[in-house]
Amino acid sequence: MREPEFVTVVREKTVVSDGVVGLVLGHAEGTPLPSWRPGAHIDLVLGDGLVRQYSLCGDPADPSAYRLGVLREPDGRGGSSYVHDSLSTGDRILVRGPRNHFELEDAPSYLFVAGGIGITPLLPMIAEVDAGGAGWRLLYGGRTRRSMAFLDVLDRYGDRVLVRPQDEHGLLDLRGFLEEATRDTLVYGCGPEPLLTALEDACGARAREMLRVERFTPREAIHDDRDGMFEVVLAQSGLTLTVGPGQTVLECVEAAGIPVLSSCQEGTCGTCETDVLEGTPDHRDSLLTEDERAEGTTMMICVSRCLGERLVLDL
Amino acid sequence: MTSGTTTSSGPGPSVPVLDDDPFSRSFLADPYPRHERMREAGPVIRLSHYGIWTSARHEQVFAALTDWRAFSSASGVGLADFRKEKPWRVPSLLLEADPPDHTRVREVMTEVLSSRRVRGLREEFAAAAEALVGDLVERGAFDAVRDLAEVFPLRVFPDALGLPEQGRENLMPYGGMAFNGFGPRNDLFHEAMADAARIQEWINEACRRENLAAGGLGQDIWAFADTGRITPEQAAMLVRSLLSAGIDTTVYAIGNALAALAAHPGQWARVHENPALAKLAFEEAIRFESPVQTFFRTTTRPVDLGGVRIGPGEKILLFLGAANRDPRKWINPHTLDVTRRTAGHVGFGTGIHGCVGQQVARLEGDVVLTALARRAATLTPTAAPEPRPNNTLRGFSSAPIRVEKAAVRSR
Repeated sequence: MREPEFVTVVREKTVVSDGVVGLVLGHAEGTPLPSWRPGAHIDLVLGDGLVRQYSLCGDPADPSAYRLGVLREPDGRGGSSYVHDSLSTGDRILVRGPRNHFELEDAPSYLFVAGGIGITPLLPMIAEVDAGGAGWRLLYGGRTRRSMAFLDVLDRYGDRVLVRPQDEHGLLDLRGFLEEATRDTLVYGCGPEPLLTALEDACGARAREMLRVERFTPREAIHDDRDGMFEVVLAQSGLTLTVGPGQTVLECVEAAGIPVLSSCQEGTCGTCETDVLEGTPDHRDSLLTEDERAEGTTMMICVSRCLGERLVLDL
Repeated sequence: MTSGTTTSSGPGPSVPVLDDDPFSRSFLADPYPRHERMREAGPVIRLSHYGIWTSARHEQVFAALTDWRAFSSASGVGLADFRKEKPWRVPSLLLEADPPDHTRVREVMTEVLSSRRVRGLREEFAAAAEALVGDLVERGAFDAVRDLAEVFPLRVFPDALGLPEQGRENLMPYGGMAFNGFGPRNDLFHEAMADAARIQEWINEACRRENLAAGGLGQDIWAFADTGRITPEQAAMLVRSLLSAGIDTTVYAIGNALAALAAHPGQWARVHENPALAKLAFEEAIRFESPVQTFFRTTTRPVDLGGVRIGPGEKILLFLGAANRDPRKWINPHTLDVTRRTAGHVGFGTGIHGCVGQQVARLEGDVVLTALARRAATLTPTAAPEPRPNNTLRGFSSAPIRVEKAAVRSR
């Protein structure tokens, strides 16, 4: 059963901190929004094939509004820039979801660790845990106090919340914070990759049973780290080409004089789709379904690369 | 984000004004010198005849097509402004809509016309092309439009949709209504609409769910109504959209490709020598003689395009065919070159409204030209092609040619 997809209206847009915009979305038809539990997120479908995930940080008991916090991120295709610079109250925007890969489990006590915009999924968790009477503390880090969103919301919780901006306190003392953890404590963490890695290290052998994290890493960032060199064998022409880190398969094939059609150069139109005879493609297009990607029998050669060292293409 | 559409303030240079009527028969019969005059006059100019903005340059046309927020489709992609006048038909869900309404419908159509699905059509399309082309080449002389370009798409595409055999002679007139309908209410518009009621009735009936064959694209669209992704009303409209957008365009494209290749024997020789060039030749023909010449957009806010400030709510006419021959983008733009790198041409548009059926079109062109390339050593025009005037489409109603059969090749 396909998840819900519906049009929402931007009811409010506010600057909540340096680089973070808060959005309040309502259902375009005024009907109740699909229900959700802390940890959930939605897709904002921004047009142009851009889809971005944002955690719901408001009140699950309020079906009239979804609240999001959007960090401005350097991003080649401009998803968050669009939200910051162009989206306005009254605009309509397509939403998919909600879905939840970061569910709040029952525990007698909790430790929450947030880095930057990672605070967003934790806010509804904290509200629910606090209302339920369980013990909890939050360690909240960020670049600088001005950049840290929702400090006003967290004010009401007094000294359970440790606000530790890096320019005042240096790196977060994760081991010190985790000393409070008992056998049954659950630790929930969300934030940039280095924080989550450090948190996993700090939990050590207990990470598996005790730690729950959600990663916000955008797909593009991962790919930039993995642009390697690989070989492409063209089965029909018998040529072997080397594709370097700064090159695309399409460029190399064209440079070798093989006639091939292309159009958008960004993996959205499908014109350059080519059969893969051997090897595992690293799909970076916006067209293939998950199943098609997994099958690995075709790829868009203008953007996609190789997960191994060699591809054989039907060219 | 996209070049040429920043909202800088301050007056731009004075804007050139031309008085051409781009929908007049004289313009449509000989567009290229007029495209050149508009292109050279400036990046964005005014056409006083209709009081509209226009661009015939690649950079500005491309920028406007990709900036769907500033250059909206929801107020109509023809001359008529849907905010000010009633459209001649219910607006197309796909063509005449902006996100978010457009998004869901587009996603459905992208799944229906997925590359996997289109590749599944290759065998039957290729078989039909081989049979038809084989017969025609045996004859030695035929009309590239009447006997091939009009016949092939009308056979394979309605088949793929699941349409009944009878009544297919209504399909090109139906497309003619749509494409002439983007223009002003001139003679071409009224001629196209003369039989509108009867044709519309036939289409509505032929596209009913119970009349569409199982396993076809039409039923694929209806399946999305079953899961609630689209409503039954939307499914019916989308089936009709496939017909209005998917027949005339390919008829004109194949006709234009054959006429262009027949007029450039050196280029045909290359394709005959290496039939793998067939699909590149088709793509180059779409650049060279673009079947879809124009589309409008309507601005949603003040926007700068090519240094010219356009106010909100203004219609702008984008010349796809002229952009495809802009010397700022293309080397020797008026030359047909089947090995040219055609990436960036706007014959299928570009961006979120880029032709959702383009892979079907390419498949059709590929199988026809490949079948011909294997069998015909030369193509020679025996008479000048006869233009077929249309407010939006460019192409021919007749292109008689003679073919010289290829010597049998050992494989």
